[in-house]
Amino acid sequence: MLRFVLRRLASGVVLIVVITAATFFLLHAAGGNVARRVLGQEATEDTVVQKTHELGLDRPVLTQFGDWLSHAVHGDFGASWFTSQPVSEAITSRLQVTLELVIGATIVSGVVAVGLGVLAATRRGWIDRLVQLLAVLGFAIPNFLVALALVTVFAIQLKLFKPTGYSDLADDPAGWLATVTLPVIALSIGSIAGVAQQIRGSMIDALDRDYVRTLRSRGLPESRVVYKHVLRNAAGPGLAMLAVQFVGLLGGAVIIEQIFAIPGLGQVSVGATSQGDVPLVMGLVLVTAIVVVTVNLVVDLLQGFINPKVRLS
Amino acid sequence: MTAILPDPAGVVTTQPAARSGLWRRLLRNPTGIGSLVFLVLVVLSAIFAPLLAPHDPDTASAYDTLSGPNGKYWLGNDSSGHDVLSRLLFATRLSVTLTAETLVIAAVLGIVAGLLAGYYGKAFEAVGAWTTSLLQALPAIVVLLAAKSVLGPSDFIAMAVFGVLIAPAFYRVVYSAVSAVRGELYVDAARVSGLSDPRIIGRHVLTVVRAPAIILAANIAGIAVAISAGLDFLGLGDPAIPSWGGMLNDGFTNIFTQPLLVLWPSLAIGLTCVAFALLGNALRDELERADSAPRRRRKAKQPAQVTVEPAPVIVHDDDARDGAELLSVRNLSVGYGRPDGSVSTVVEDVALTVRRGEVHGLIGESGSGKTQTAFSILRLLPSGGRIVAGSITFEGTDLAGLSEKEMTALRGQKIAYIPQEPMSNLDPSFTIGSQLVEPIRIHLGLSKADAKARAIELLARVGIPQPERTFAAYPHEVSGGMAQRVLIAGAVSCDPELLIADEPTTALDVTVQAEVLDLLRDLQRERNMGVLLVTHNFGVVADLCDQVSVMRSGRIVETGPVRSIFADPRHEYTRSLFDAVLSDTEARGALPGVTSSGTLGEGVVA
Repeated sequence: MLRFVLRRLASGVVLIVVITAATFFLLHAAGGNVARRVLGQEATEDTVVQKTHELGLDRPVLTQFGDWLSHAVHGDFGASWFTSQPVSEAITSRLQVTLELVIGATIVSGVVAVGLGVLAATRRGWIDRLVQLLAVLGFAIPNFLVALALVTVFAIQLKLFKPTGYSDLADDPAGWLATVTLPVIALSIGSIAGVAQQIRGSMIDALDRDYVRTLRSRGLPESRVVYKHVLRNAAGPGLAMLAVQFVGLLGGAVIIEQIFAIPGLGQVSVGATSQGDVPLVMGLVLVTAIVVVTVNLVVDLLQGFINPKVRLS
Repeated sequence: MTAILPDPAGVVTTQPAARSGLWRRLLRNPTGIGSLVFLVLVVLSAIFAPLLAPHDPDTASAYDTLSGPNGKYWLGNDSSGHDVLSRLLFATRLSVTLTAETLVIAAVLGIVAGLLAGYYGKAFEAVGAWTTSLLQALPAIVVLLAAKSVLGPSDFIAMAVFGVLIAPAFYRVVYSAVSAVRGELYVDAARVSGLSDPRIIGRHVLTVVRAPAIILAANIAGIAVAISAGLDFLGLGDPAIPSWGGMLNDGFTNIFTQPLLVLWPSLAIGLTCVAFALLGNALRDELERADSAPRRRRKAKQPAQVTVEPAPVIVHDDDARDGAELLSVRNLSVGYGRPDGSVSTVVEDVALTVRRGEVHGLIGESGSGKTQTAFSILRLLPSGGRIVAGSITFEGTDLAGLSEKEMTALRGQKIAYIPQEPMSNLDPSFTIGSQLVEPIRIHLGLSKADAKARAIELLARVGIPQPERTFAAYPHEVSGGMAQRVLIAGAVSCDPELLIADEPTTALDVTVQAEVLDLLRDLQRERNMGVLLVTHNFGVVADLCDQVSVMRSGRIVETGPVRSIFADPRHEYTRSLFDAVLSDTEARGALPGVTSSGTLGEGVVA
């Protein structure tokens, strides 16, 4: 078990290093005259050279990356070139907001998708066809359109929720709920569709197994057969799909945050990338990669919890 | 903007022959033709935008900013005074070009890499797997944003990057299809006959991946439309070029003054994405349909009436039979609905009785309907199967009259079941102990500790050497013989009156078979159970049974006490079964008079 975790952690670290290195060298290759951009057109040639030296950009690129990496390992991600704000400070508070949205959407997707998938698999017939049609539509419609529709109807027309803004969960729980509900729904639709289809498929497979008949022959109530035994066996593929969706949600949050004016990672990302603020972009890529690697590890452990065969191998 | 790759497992791979006429069938599928027509219209309006647009998309009319739809500007004007309709038409050009660009890049990269890795394997496979997981480790939008900061605000560059990011979807579909086909005989044959690798790939392998790749392309096109619109919506595209996403942004900014502005680009983006998804779905439906039965037009409203002609059964007289009647099956017929509404019967006019303390053997070859008879007593026929005639009475109660709840209470407690294949009949996700404890607690209402004690006692009773250890084990940790003992323990755990054992020793090693038969005999005597023993082996019948019924093609042909039938088998089929057991050395011909008509093989339905 411990060896499994360590092996996965090691491969995660390799992945993170590869991703950050690739990003770093690409950013460097296309960097242009960074100091000039930071200082503006009025700056003299001397100050530009001085700034370039200050930022360490006159050194070989490998040295620069090694420097960044060794600082990053110690938790120092540098400061924004444009605002001089430390990168860790710019990211941490916003990471929490984005994670609230994404984790909220993951929970909602998991619960709703299991409900729909089980319903479709056990009832079949027209309910099944309806769920499948909804899944195709939910998967196809971009989440920003869902968000726009939700804002128009529930915030602007019915005034049930706030159209924009964000309240902190700890300071103002009611306000938090009023601001995150619509974004979370908008994020969830697509992943509900994906996970529900997966659950439906693996439920139908599992319902066909021999042991299901044997469990029924023992006189277990149907609800117990379906929700305890069949669902447990069908949960693995559903969970894997949910993990894939999580990565998608992390990306989806970028655009949803923009629509609802929520101060999460998305806002920093759009700002930092359009300016070419290398330390900030690096920090964002690194944080995203760490989150993704962590989620995948957690999901692998959960898979072991669900499926004893995975646990032991 | 969820850049989730379509699930490759959901994409069907078909044999080349099944695919002929796919396009023709697609044109007859209402969803397929609808979405196809819409997409063609989108492409046409992109091509002919300069002819169709009533105004110049870049001419701003300062007097008409944010005006609603009117006679001059049909869909109104945006915040700069541009004509919305004209811009929408010109923006279509951008969407179509970007989608095509993404598709070409993703398809070329993914298909070439998939073919190489699937056909040559080894190093290509490893590189492919690694690149795939690397490309999928980050959300697409984050990578696109990073790429944008490097390469500048161009939709074309961004979507080229996206094409690379989504190429693994093609890679996986092609790779799995090709590696499945790699070992096929016709590919080997082509290689042996001296065809070069590129020719084999082109001729034999590409045909296999064509259909799934087309479905995938439809799905990816929809995602590409969404992603490119999303980037423009974020304001990361080139503002000089009209785009759906840019128009959406403009509309959203002015949603309070002119709410309609958001509607038009939303419709364009939403309908195009949905059309691509529905097209992909329709393609898949038609492919699956080609694989399975012909299209089912409508279901039969009334269950078809089945008439089963009675046929003579050879009955051996039995004076020595005593004990109360436990189970009585009369004139039982079991049928499965066919897609056309008719019913195919697999059990016809079967009658048998099991008395308390009596073992009744039901013997016949595979597909003769023995297992179907057993399942109908438990009311656990596979879906589609039903009792079309006759009655099953247990302890004087007609089972057909019981509600599902009453039947559930009866199962396990009064009527128990031992399956044929031990390993597939235990739930792999739960420990053996928890599977034993569950019915005991439900039926006998024991506490957790008492139920556990009883389960361990049962495990010891069925001859498991370390019952505590097996109690805590998972099914995959025990051998087949052990698993069958566990299943027997589970079946008798609530002291049933009637035990239905479906070939309980067939899947076991010969040495284990005898032990399990001994165990069954002991348990039966000890608890005075009635047993219906399904088997194809006369040796088992001789060993265990008091009564025997011989089944062929869904009917019982001969029935009576075991002694009498062994001494004097009268039906030719019974005699041929005896010959099969007794004359192992001689080559045997086909069994006389056996037809397969009207029966589904057990392997199909059981």
